[in-house]
Amino acid sequence: MNKDEYKKLVDEYTPKENKVKNAIIAFLVGGLVGFVGQVIVTIFMTSFGMEQVEACSWLCILVILFASFLTALGFFDNWVTRAKAGLIVPTTGFAHSITSAALDYKKEGLITGLGANFFKLAGSVLLYGMIASFFLAIFGVIVYG
Amino acid sequence: MIFLNAFLLSGFICMIGQLILDNTKLTPGHVTSMFTVFGAILSFFGIYKKLIEWAGAGATVVISNFGHLLYQAGVEGFQEFGVLGFFSGLLMKSSAAIVSAVIFAFVFALIFKPKD
Repeated sequence: MNKDEYKKLVDEYTPKENKVKNAIIAFLVGGLVGFVGQVIVTIFMTSFGMEQVEACSWLCILVILFASFLTALGFFDNWVTRAKAGLIVPTTGFAHSITSAALDYKKEGLITGLGANFFKLAGSVLLYGMIASFFLAIFGVIVYG
Repeated sequence: MIFLNAFLLSGFICMIGQLILDNTKLTPGHVTSMFTVFGAILSFFGIYKKLIEWAGAGATVVISNFGHLLYQAGVEGFQEFGVLGFFSGLLMKSSAAIVSAVIFAFVFALIFKPKD
């Protein structure tokens, strides 16, 4: 069997995921996260007299607390498998990746395991976010003055 | 109606993420990194602020908001402290997200046992 035949065989047996269904699920779950977030922000703004920026920061912390806690309890992995990008793209995915890395590597020690692998998955978001915005900010200051 | 806008915008962004995951070989790590960078780019063009006005939490709850906060903090840092501000200000606004993720993840990792 040559390479091409082998590839064909692998493709044949790879389960086909329903892309349309996945996209709709991601839309509904991600939309729900945004909707619930806005409800919480509105409650913060009307009941606690917060500014929108302040309310959104509190929402962000709450979302991270929620996602981190559910990851630690073991629910969140299943939810992510089902909802996919609907929970990966919101801030929940960031919290999930840090907490699951911390939990998984804890057994290898607090320094060489948990500490060294803490940002294993979320590191790229931090790195490329900071690199891009650092240079864009310099560029923006030059362009907009 | 800001609630509907929030639903539509965050849903739409997540759907794009799902379409990228399903149709390319990119991993969730690629998608979240790309969206963060893309948020910084939208912020650079002044679009992200308008998205937040239009959809509120729908725009702030997704990971692209992280890029937006980094960019805005970098610019505001410059306006306040000059060139030093690019370095000292960059993380100012996104600190809440980073610190809370670090603290909660560490505390919960110590308390709970991983599920196999």
